[in-house]
Amino acid sequence: MTARNFFIPVTLFLVIAFLIGPFLIIVAASFSAGETLAFPPQGFSLRWIAKVFTVESFRASFAMSLFLAIGGTAVALMLGIPASYALSRYKLPGAEVIRTVVSAPIIVPGIIVGLALLRYIVVPFGVGITPALFLAHTALVLPYAVRVVSASLDNLRSDIEEAAVLLGSSRLGAFFRVVMPNIRGGILSAFILGFVTSFNQVPVSLFLSGPGVRTLPVDMIAYMEIVFDPSVAALSSLLAFLSIGIVFAAERFLGFSRYV
Amino acid sequence: MSDLKYLSLEKLTLAYGDTVAVADLDLDIRRGELIALLGPSGCGKTTTMRAIAGLLTVKSGHVRLDGADITHVSPNKRAVGLVFQSYALFPHLSVYENVAFGLKLKGLRGAALDAKVQSGIASVGLNGFANRRPGELSGGQQQRVALARSMVMEPKVLLLDEPLSNLDARLRLEMRTELQRVQKETGVTMIFVTHDQTEALALADRIVVMKRGAIEQIGSPQDIYNRPQSSFVADFVGFENVFALEGGKLKANGGLYDLQGDVPAVAGLAWRPRMVTLGSGPFQGKVRGTSFAGEHREYLLDTPLGPIKAEVDASQPMHDLGAELAFDLPAHRAAPLASFA
Repeated sequence: MTARNFFIPVTLFLVIAFLIGPFLIIVAASFSAGETLAFPPQGFSLRWIAKVFTVESFRASFAMSLFLAIGGTAVALMLGIPASYALSRYKLPGAEVIRTVVSAPIIVPGIIVGLALLRYIVVPFGVGITPALFLAHTALVLPYAVRVVSASLDNLRSDIEEAAVLLGSSRLGAFFRVVMPNIRGGILSAFILGFVTSFNQVPVSLFLSGPGVRTLPVDMIAYMEIVFDPSVAALSSLLAFLSIGIVFAAERFLGFSRYV
Repeated sequence: MSDLKYLSLEKLTLAYGDTVAVADLDLDIRRGELIALLGPSGCGKTTTMRAIAGLLTVKSGHVRLDGADITHVSPNKRAVGLVFQSYALFPHLSVYENVAFGLKLKGLRGAALDAKVQSGIASVGLNGFANRRPGELSGGQQQRVALARSMVMEPKVLLLDEPLSNLDARLRLEMRTELQRVQKETGVTMIFVTHDQTEALALADRIVVMKRGAIEQIGSPQDIYNRPQSSFVADFVGFENVFALEGGKLKANGGLYDLQGDVPAVAGLAWRPRMVTLGSGPFQGKVRGTSFAGEHREYLLDTPLGPIKAEVDASQPMHDLGAELAFDLPAHRAAPLASFA
């Protein structure tokens, strides 16, 4: 084997090790029997995985994260589906500008979004912590909703709506009868992508979290500042497998990768 | 209401924004007629069709159907069917559900619905395909579904957008026959849009030739084919040699030329390639190109009049490239043109 042929597999291995390595270390650490977060793990036990479920604040913040991920994504889709429809079907003046503005939360760093929301919306208008988080998560998920739904709308012929209208349907009826059923896969994909994005969101939530109201990732950071046991690793592993499970199921049943 | 004016377009003006696509169009269509709107792309034929369907807002003028002014009636209440060029079948529904779509919206349920859907599917020869999805059908089959889906609604007018252009030659003949049969059996008034003169000639009772948003000529296929009224129509239906007349002389390439025989007092004359006499006559040309087309052979000549296309029986001896040939444009064989643009 020449040096050149050797170079590619070695590079590939290093890249994969770099990407997956930390994840494997965390998973291994979560099965540790020791008292502190360490690698290599000391012994084997399920005690830290069990402990995750007993920490009161984890339960509360998990519920909050779930609420934000499901609720925020649902609202983002309710706004995003009509927006995508308008962008894809009508020649709107400034459609490109609207697309860019809607996509802004993907491009602008989360820290800036969080700070801006806090300084210019939450504080001056006295918005509560939960509504502020909800607002932020909805805004963060909106770009994904618009992008994914737009992609499936662009793949759908617009003349089927006209066909439905000529067969007696109203315009709105045509949307629900022939557009929605054909973009259902895109909508579900957008929902999953939005859910995962929202659930894993840290910087914006960090700015907007307050006493007693935290999202799960923020709570995990706070926990680690005080306690340095492997339960955070255990929780991280559980969340990672949850995400993998969702994406795997979506790929299996929806062909997720077609839309994203 | 007279059957002669079953569908009337009166001073119809249609526009996309500020761009006028169709201006002051008047057209009366008889009940049960099969009409072709023929013209090149951008002539306004599709726009006119969309306005009849109600998919386009009319800027001014009126659309009347079966005695009622439907200019501002919304498309879902017009009883106008449209078979789209792309068929526009609902991809998530089976053939059966596609055909049932409009009937269900009409409120049909149960046995009455089933009977209509089944007979619709049977009428286009798709028995056994009821449970297929559109994606599993060939283009020709999809078009039959689209036709059945519109026809089960018993529309007053059926519009077809380029119904034959997406089909291969064999299917084209089949579909042509099919459309004529459906029209004969149901007596539905049909309007189809095409850019292909052979389609229009083969299928239509009457052809409406359009050019830049206006009607250029209306007539039977024989009229359009043999007696084009303008240089545009002549050119469109295969008169390849079209010339203006000035004071009884042929105006070509900036010069005036005498023709043999009686020259009618019209704006121009047009000859099909086979109307050109090759081998004798007052004009001279040089063979620039030739091609064999089975029954006949086509020649392209360089002449003082400009390029001339001629066609002779293939059994005649062949002329070589570069050969000098005499030819004639016999006035008595030409189609007289009332207008020359």
